[in-house]
Amino acid sequence: MNMISVSRLTKTYGDLTAVDDISFQVEKGEIYGFLGPNGAGKTSTINMMIGLSRPSAGEIEVAGIDVRRRTKKAQAGMGIVPDESNLYNEMDGFDNLCFCASLYGMRREEREAKARRLLTLFRLDDAGRRPFKAYSRGMRRRLTIAAALIHSPQVLFLDEPTTGIDVESSRQIRDLIVELKQQGTTIFLTTHYIEEAERICDRIAFIAGGRIVAAGSLPELMDSVSRQHAIRFITAGNSTVHAAELESRFAGSEVRAQADRTIVMTSRQRIPLFPVMEFLHNRGVEVLEARELRPSLEDVFVRLTGIDTSVPAKPGQKEADQ
Amino acid sequence: MKGWIAFWNILKKDIRNYYLKPPNISWGIIFPLSWTLMQLIRSPDGSIQDLLPGLISMSVLFGTTSMLAVTITFERSGRSFERLLLAPIGLSTMVLAKIAGTILFGMFNAFVPVILAAFLVDLHAVNWGALLLAVLLIAVTSALMGLLVAVSAEQVFEAQTLSNFFRFPMLFLCGLFIPLARLPVFLRPVSYCLPLTYGTDVLRGLITGSSTLSPALCYGMLLLSAIALFTISRHMIRRNWIL
Ligand SMILES: Nc1ncnc2c1ncn2[C@@H]1O[C@H](COP(=O)(O)OP(=O)(O)OP(=O)(O)O)[C@@H](O)[C@H]1O
Ligand SMILES: [Mg+2]
Repeated sequence: MNMISVSRLTKTYGDLTAVDDISFQVEKGEIYGFLGPNGAGKTSTINMMIGLSRPSAGEIEVAGIDVRRRTKKAQAGMGIVPDESNLYNEMDGFDNLCFCASLYGMRREEREAKARRLLTLFRLDDAGRRPFKAYSRGMRRRLTIAAALIHSPQVLFLDEPTTGIDVESSRQIRDLIVELKQQGTTIFLTTHYIEEAERICDRIAFIAGGRIVAAGSLPELMDSVSRQHAIRFITAGNSTVHAAELESRFAGSEVRAQADRTIVMTSRQRIPLFPVMEFLHNRGVEVLEARELRPSLEDVFVRLTGIDTSVPAKPGQKEADQ
Repeated sequence: MKGWIAFWNILKKDIRNYYLKPPNISWGIIFPLSWTLMQLIRSPDGSIQDLLPGLISMSVLFGTTSMLAVTITFERSGRSFERLLLAPIGLSTMVLAKIAGTILFGMFNAFVPVILAAFLVDLHAVNWGALLLAVLLIAVTSALMGLLVAVSAEQVFEAQTLSNFFRFPMLFLCGLFIPLARLPVFLRPVSYCLPLTYGTDVLRGLITGSSTLSPALCYGMLLLSAIALFTISRHMIRRNWIL
């Protein structure tokens, strides 16, 4: 069953098309991630989905309710975590949660019980009586997420839930998102961390320049760009001088030197490991390590969007020992 | 029921967070007090009864317009205001809840000079019910004007400047300092468009018995302005805040 259905959604600001004819569906209990660089149109999309901004064209349904026509009814079933933590600075954590609960028409006993439970769940018990402005960034983020869950929404929208937060807090938040999914909550999130999308999303859409460039599950996305095999050899002596020779010896392969003692060999066929090592050995170069390099989601992203992710994404390729 | 819970809690939060804060409370008292003293010094022979309608109007006007404009702009810049726009409550309920706190604050302001005057002169003849209604209507219209300022302003200082921009001309055009009959002819239609003109007149009638317009007309016009301003603000919020 589709919990979110977006079709041909477009948003223009004057001459600028921030969201360009986007369509996708999210199933119940799924985590769907929008992955894209700054200015890709993630927030613009989410804002239309939650009824905070008016689409220039297109349709949105959340839990079977037309968001454009029955905004308030649709919002009743949504939990929303905006890109900035936006609770009331002068109020303490507990009061903030209770206030948010009241906006959804929850009664006092219900509000207070739920607020207490969420403070515990988010490890904010001790901070419950401290004003929001005294919270650290990670605590602010956690409380903002807690506030979005106060009315037990069916669908949770998170706009960059972990941006600007330390590793440990990010991990806690991710674990929590996965836990919510297991309880049946449908989750739509945006992120510019490839790693985050890779870890928790069931399906991912790459968004760049307001368009969905590619979408699918992780294996689908990986397959879409790469049927290549790659092995990285680290050697004791200088191996790069033999690169050209290697290439001609192993037809169909491509050899790239990374550093004096590192070469990467790619090919459409599986690369025979032993002959390569023997070949190098015969030239007096000892192989210390050989690793298969699998494309990371980052590679896929770069390949499909043409955007260099070296700035926002966390470095490091996914590697597996051969 | 759900709407009520939200309404009441928004009102309670605003009162607690803004209106009951010591600086605002003291402003609510000091401001009307200093106006009163200023007027007394300016015309020591003027009777307090003559001054009272103007003092009430000004206290309400200054207590409401900028308060609402500033608190809303403040919440908008901190983005907590989005929570109200995203909550499953009707826009009217939300607007009413936001202005309710300001209206109460404005009425509190209004009664500072009244209480002060009650010690000095005999206010027995005043119809308090009618006075309360008039003050309420003035507060409602002023609060809604503050809301209009809030919808047009992006920053807190902008909201403050904008409120003054129309507040001061309004004071001079509403017949408070200069009787309408002595205003240049071309300005008079403007005066008759201002809710404060009717508010001041009805207050004057209630306190000194010297009104120039019929009270029914004044209450009617105040009510009409309130409805018009409410409708305009709602429309503007939809247009400006749901981009
Ligand atoms: N209110 C607005 N008025 C004009 N242009 C806007 C507005 N909001 C967004 N834009 C533009 O739309 C484009 C998409 O912005 P959006 O905020 O959706 O990107 P994003 O993917 O969320 O980026 P980020 O990762 O930085 O949050 C940008 O070029 C932005 O400048
Ligand atoms: Mg964004």
